[in-house]
Amino acid sequence: MSLAKKYPKEVKQILAKYPLEYKRSAVMPLLYLAQREEGYITKDAMQDIADTLEISLTDVGTIIGFYTLYHDKKEGKYRMQVCTDLPCALRGADQFMESLCANLGIKVGETTPDGLITLEAVTCLAACDRAPMFQIQSGNGLKYYEDMTVDKTMELVDTLKKSSAEMK
Amino acid sequence: MAYILLRHRDVPDISNLNVYENNGGFEAFKKAVTMMKPNEVTDLVKASGLRGRGGAGFPTGMKWSFIDSKSWPHYVVANADESEPGTFKDREIMEGNPFQFLEGVAIASYAVGANAAYVYLRGEFWQIAKSLDEKIAEMEDAGLLGEKLFGADYSLRIYTHLGAGAYICGEESAMLESIEGKRGQPRIRPPFPAVKGLYNKPTVINNVETLTNLPMILANGADWYKSMGTSDSAGIKIFSLSGRVRKPGNYELPFGTTFRQLIYEHGGGVQDGRSVKAIMPAGASSSFIVVDEKVLDTPMDYATVRILGADLGSASVIVIDDTVSIDWIINKTIHFFKHESCGKCTPCREGTYWMMHLIEDFRDGKQTDADLLLNVAKQMQNKCLCPLGEFSTMAVVTGIERFPQDFRKA
Repeated sequence: MSLAKKYPKEVKQILAKYPLEYKRSAVMPLLYLAQREEGYITKDAMQDIADTLEISLTDVGTIIGFYTLYHDKKEGKYRMQVCTDLPCALRGADQFMESLCANLGIKVGETTPDGLITLEAVTCLAACDRAPMFQIQSGNGLKYYEDMTVDKTMELVDTLKKSSAEMK
Repeated sequence: MAYILLRHRDVPDISNLNVYENNGGFEAFKKAVTMMKPNEVTDLVKASGLRGRGGAGFPTGMKWSFIDSKSWPHYVVANADESEPGTFKDREIMEGNPFQFLEGVAIASYAVGANAAYVYLRGEFWQIAKSLDEKIAEMEDAGLLGEKLFGADYSLRIYTHLGAGAYICGEESAMLESIEGKRGQPRIRPPFPAVKGLYNKPTVINNVETLTNLPMILANGADWYKSMGTSDSAGIKIFSLSGRVRKPGNYELPFGTTFRQLIYEHGGGVQDGRSVKAIMPAGASSSFIVVDEKVLDTPMDYATVRILGADLGSASVIVIDDTVSIDWIINKTIHFFKHESCGKCTPCREGTYWMMHLIEDFRDGKQTDADLLLNVAKQMQNKCLCPLGEFSTMAVVTGIERFPQDFRKA
């Protein structure tokens, strides 16, 4: 189903933000919308966006490739994106990440066998005073978790696991 | 002293429209629209000495005055892409005191004759964008945005635009590309955005903190603002303090505050009672300042920090103690820039790639010195299309030259 049929009100709101003759500007918000349900963008959704904005499939593809928060393949339901950049690393982010890997039983870039968590190392998230920290990206947005410990993080993973099981 | 930008620390519910209005909110915007000509607003901001808080420190009023008045429409873009490692001030402003920021956007828009403004937020600020959308809707309902504001012949709409994870979009021409629905790659300049910006129209781009100063400057006057800070750098600044300090965080202080005051009085001193080895005053883009007792007493303003061989930039002060080796630091900064290079120009795309391999080789013991790394970094300098590539070399060159002992292996 096209985005315009699925989310008519939101697509209209998004297009209204930009001048009529520059509707290509809507590509980024529309990609977020396309990513909402599954956490990644399908080829069909790309084509739909290209048609809506009268740009090529390649134009849409370059946007997905350039920006790190768009994904074109299915991975974990939740992407745990840990900041390991300089200011966080000065406050123990590398050790935090190592310990998370050990607890989750995966390496950076991998997904837990149950498909729940993909663990990623990312650059600065503007939370340098509250390290260690990470954000969780899911189809429907992003949330920050700051001043974290490994114990607190594993509790969160349990909660996500439970709520995910209930939804099924 | 009462807060000027981080006012939510004094007035906890200031993110609520009624509370903001009860504390003088939107009076400055109303005064501008109903009682001042746009150029009078620009003149007042010029007289205040306000300089851009995003890093470059360019005089704000002067930036506005470059806008091409023969070409219309005009746009204002608020740079809320805050992505420099060590910088987390705009986030606190938008979370805590969002209406003062939005009023600043409105004042800047009036001053340059823009009827549409975009707030460009980094993709990670998803929740802030959602909350700003709600605040903007509240302003529309309250008649603070829309057609014929306050009965005057001025209309304004503000829209948010969410990025999606690309540091380079903080560079203003890359930001414009991104709003236009393209990859965030910098444009060749000239023409500058003030002449050909968003949709090829004259555009002013200002940082969140810069804009948030405006309501208070209009309300209290240029002389009031200039009475704070130093003769070079007027007013107050939010210093984002991070690294090996006991109390990292945002500190709103007048320009001219010394490093010692920031780190020891406000930041509680260095962790584990160690001493400060180096300071990066402008995040990962910084040159290293070699620290001794005398250097700690340097007042922080744009001109004085330059005497130490560094730039104040966005004042994201990263404190490095004597347990940390500088080669470890530049390994981090190089990986950051390698990841964030947009790939458009060769010196940056290839240079950051080779610097990454060379620092890894040095740290793995495959190289015993950093001569080749220094050579590559210096070859990149003054050859990159935009500041990103240039910034990637600052820590490398100054790190190797100012801390040679950390780059020698037996």
